[in-house]
Amino acid sequence: MTLHPEKLTCITSAAQSEVGRPSSRTALQLTADACLAAIADAGLEVSDIDGIACYPGKSAEGGGIAPVSPSEAAAVLGIDPNWTLASAEGFSHMAPIFNAITAIACGLARHVVVFRSVAQATARMASRSSTLMSGSRNRVEGNNAWTVPFNALSPINTFALYAQAYFEKYGANEEQLGMIAVNNRRNAAHNENAVYRKPLSLDDYLASRVISTPLRLLDCDSHIDGSTAIVVSHRDAAKDLKNPPLHIESMGMAVGGLWVGRYEGDFTSMPAAHKAGEMLWSRTDLKPADMDCAQIYDGFSIHVWMWMEALGLVPRGEACRFVEGGKRIALDGELPLNTGGGQLSAGRFHGYGHIHEATVQLWHRGGGRQVEDAKTCIISNGGYGYGAMILRRD
Amino acid sequence: MSETIPPARKLPKLEPGSAFFWTSGADGVLRIQRCSSCGTWQHPPFPRCSSCGSEAVAPAPVSGKGRIASYTINHERWLPGLQVPFVFAVVELAEQSELYVFTNLLAPVEAARLGMPVTVAFEQHEDVWLPMFRPDETGGVA
Repeated sequence: MTLHPEKLTCITSAAQSEVGRPSSRTALQLTADACLAAIADAGLEVSDIDGIACYPGKSAEGGGIAPVSPSEAAAVLGIDPNWTLASAEGFSHMAPIFNAITAIACGLARHVVVFRSVAQATARMASRSSTLMSGSRNRVEGNNAWTVPFNALSPINTFALYAQAYFEKYGANEEQLGMIAVNNRRNAAHNENAVYRKPLSLDDYLASRVISTPLRLLDCDSHIDGSTAIVVSHRDAAKDLKNPPLHIESMGMAVGGLWVGRYEGDFTSMPAAHKAGEMLWSRTDLKPADMDCAQIYDGFSIHVWMWMEALGLVPRGEACRFVEGGKRIALDGELPLNTGGGQLSAGRFHGYGHIHEATVQLWHRGGGRQVEDAKTCIISNGGYGYGAMILRRD
Repeated sequence: MSETIPPARKLPKLEPGSAFFWTSGADGVLRIQRCSSCGTWQHPPFPRCSSCGSEAVAPAPVSGKGRIASYTINHERWLPGLQVPFVFAVVELAEQSELYVFTNLLAPVEAARLGMPVTVAFEQHEDVWLPMFRPDETGGVA
């Protein structure tokens, strides 16, 4: 049997900084808060950490999406890494985790801290314009040039095309889609770090303003300031740490379609996400029915349906009916979904909130949102590049 | 009155690989990159054919006809002066399955439908001819 590198690794801790809209702390301070908390949560010292990685690194983009580099975080934390990586390309936002797994399996590091920091709430205070329109350049270039000249000034316009095509092909409706937001908010009420915790009814959802049909304000995730960090460790180095190791049972990844501006399929699915799902299940004996909970990417609500189908959690075209009414995705349902509130209610960590929540569930730290005796969790991440993982505890 | 031509636009930079697409409308004809070796159309343009690998790819005229593969009615005023609502759509061109271009629909927003036959109608801004689409009164393509 092939030994997959993820089987040599596990997640040994996870932590979040405060999450603000905005936060009074800088992105670098928040990064240090999350990383130091994660290192302590593992029972490690800073000097034990020999690798550091993040998505996406630091850029001059200015919108707060890429405020901290791994090397500056290492300097602030006092980490002297053997291995470091900033990855903006590739397999969704999970690429730094997949690469950390590979580095650990190859012996380049034993304990890697992987973080995701955002300062989008602070950036939004300075400018409320669409980031696609801001900046000094008069003209748009690269992949955005195919959509921005037609005033598609937010990713919501692109994903609204998917939602509309999905609605029509599968006969889905807004009451069904609204259950994603309603279920997330129901769970966020029990998550102290979630940015939106006030209960939300389906009527509230239907009364919220339409941004780009059929998507509404409450179908969108929310910009925040904050940092999430996890520690990925070699399994041999994980045995005597504080938390029961969370085995990385399998990983799946793919790029394609949206990634290069070339669109495939009929706008009712993200074809490359299905490839990531196939890879994920090819590396484990577990089956979709074995999953105790699911943390599914929700940059926009429609992502959840497309990802649930890409991962084979439900048949094609059935996600809309699976979530209808919210019973099957509730904490005591068949497949508890986005148990910490997802990005719609807990803020846009680009999937790292989902990974953090998976650890909360598997370490039974969920309090009022705990899924009883959760031992397995499936996680997916990304709208333009695609990554998925299954975590399992003994 | 819901004619859907928003005034404020950020125009595309005319880059070497794709300028032909944005200037094609100067003579009223839409052009898409095509491989002269295997005949595959591709958009956005690449320096080689994604089907056969040939570098013999070049702009070629298309009918300008297609159908709406999906659409959305944008209501959000992302910028001051942006006229809403308007239809942002993706059109599957008649020449090939899954050959898509993004556009605005030049029609009342209520008229937008999946599968609607459409035909290109260029809108010039400076040195750019944006390929908009309007309902194809001739019934369009099958």
